[in-house]
Amino acid sequence: MATTNVESINVSAGTAARKKKNVSIVPYLFIAPHLIFFTAFLAWPFIYGIYISLFRFDFLQPNNRPFVGLRNYANLIDPGSVQFPKFWNSLGNTAEFILWSVVPLVGIALILAVLLNRNYPGRGLFRTIFFAPYTLSVTVAAVLWWWIFQQTGIVNQALQGFGLKPVNWLGDLPGAWVAITICTVWWTIGFNTIILLTALQEIPKSLYEAASLDGANSRQQFFLITIPMLRSVLVFVLTITLIASANLFGQPYIMTAGGPADGTQTVIYRIFFEGMLRGQMGTAAAMSIFVALLLMVLTYLNFKFFGQTEQQ
Amino acid sequence: MTTLQKVQDIQETDVEIGESRLSRSLFYLVLILFALFFLLPLLWMVVTAFKPFEEWLTPNWIPMNPTLENFTSIFNDKSLPVVNWFLNSLLIASLFTLVILIIDSLAGYAYARLEFPGKNLLFGLMLATLVMPGIMFLIPNYLTVARLGWIGSIQGVIVPGFAGVFGVFFMRQFFQSLPKELEEAAYIDGASIWRTFFSVILPLSKGPLITLGIITFLTSWNDFLWPLLILGGDRQELTLPVGLATLQGQYTFDYGKLMAGALVLTVPVLILYAVFQRYIIRSISMTGIKG
Repeated sequence: MATTNVESINVSAGTAARKKKNVSIVPYLFIAPHLIFFTAFLAWPFIYGIYISLFRFDFLQPNNRPFVGLRNYANLIDPGSVQFPKFWNSLGNTAEFILWSVVPLVGIALILAVLLNRNYPGRGLFRTIFFAPYTLSVTVAAVLWWWIFQQTGIVNQALQGFGLKPVNWLGDLPGAWVAITICTVWWTIGFNTIILLTALQEIPKSLYEAASLDGANSRQQFFLITIPMLRSVLVFVLTITLIASANLFGQPYIMTAGGPADGTQTVIYRIFFEGMLRGQMGTAAAMSIFVALLLMVLTYLNFKFFGQTEQQ
Repeated sequence: MTTLQKVQDIQETDVEIGESRLSRSLFYLVLILFALFFLLPLLWMVVTAFKPFEEWLTPNWIPMNPTLENFTSIFNDKSLPVVNWFLNSLLIASLFTLVILIIDSLAGYAYARLEFPGKNLLFGLMLATLVMPGIMFLIPNYLTVARLGWIGSIQGVIVPGFAGVFGVFFMRQFFQSLPKELEEAAYIDGASIWRTFFSVILPLSKGPLITLGIITFLTSWNDFLWPLLILGGDRQELTLPVGLATLQGQYTFDYGKLMAGALVLTVPVLILYAVFQRYIIRSISMTGIKG
């Protein structure tokens, strides 16, 4: 085993104090550079965020920040509180966007990756095109699709060209979700596609050759070789897509400003509004932690239901 | 190996594409429809940017009177230092990517292959942060950066991001997929962990490192909210995405000027992308053939 060798090497390298326990410091040197930043900017702010959430922490009133215990949390589940309706509206909106976006973001990415994994003239060009929008900033993507879906924009002009009525995409539901989802798929799907394509290329060709010799057709090969071999990568892609969709902010911020009537105000948008615009850091911190717990449960369930055969 | 692989590829091409003319045309039709979905919005941005005011709201895909006035009005506005924004974005994204590649491949290797007390606990903590919305760290980190006196500085934009765990996770997944025999052979030959890592493992990791590098660079390049908070006070020192948002704030319904601005900010990125993309394709296909 590598472990035994690792330990013996370090004993001979002379970490005298640790000799008896055979614990090497080398692994800690590997993780130290990252761990220092991780502690300062992810672990510490996590604790500090919890601390803030226990106070009525008004950014503009540094001398008036009383300890309120769990009241910021209680307000989130108390239907009578001021925060309750807008917070749960934003959670519902986020769930709605997840339902809109995750299936196309994973499903279409898989289709694109499979299309790119074959050999044909022009394959490199198509790969370049599919990934190109991912190189753009959210501001470019959102401003561009905001323009396309304007009431006077090209989509409505095309509809009118076909004799159909123009749609108030960004000012109505579900039009706004359609616009935001299309913008997001267009902008980010290249990322999932490249990860899936890289994984597809790592599947040994000999598996497919053996399957063809045994008379398996392409469909059988896809479901009996490709999908099982991709399973752990698919779970990974599904998980990061869920998280990314739950973190939706820039697109509605630029395209709809959360409208119409807070209909596309996502939970991240709500937290931003509460903390940065209203200065209510305590409430915003409590909302963040509430959402974090929800997401962790979601991720756990995701790995539990879709990741199981990994161990077999 | 190389020749054999090529022969196999050619055979595969013959089998798959040669099936029938109909399925081949259908295959290309699907590809072209997808390509249009990705390309037409970009083309529409270009077209709008070169249209004069009177044509903004007409659906012609070729400007009748193409003009540069949208660009000149942006560049002549001294309050919009687009070149400064570009250099800032480039510096921030490059420094960030370099450091991330070093610290994340080191950490990813330790979490994948080395044994040490506390490993599972630390990795569990990192996984937990992966599912937390970034915004929950925003306010406390802003206060930390302010205490360090980094508001308005490049290190204020870059350093907190070094804590990110995606790269560690990504590199760990890759290192776990490598056969253990590689390291065992190196250890038997008497190589240390460091030596094994730098001369056996890293040379096999070019593909994943380049992929992670590009993803990291783009993430930093496109980051919006954090640089807005840290640099937002000084218009000269913004990054490109924050600058474009400023542009939108200033020219809300001047579609031509907005698209000109978006285009100015997009073209350098697409050029960089073309360069990186060729490299990533070559390296992936090379590792595919050799590996």
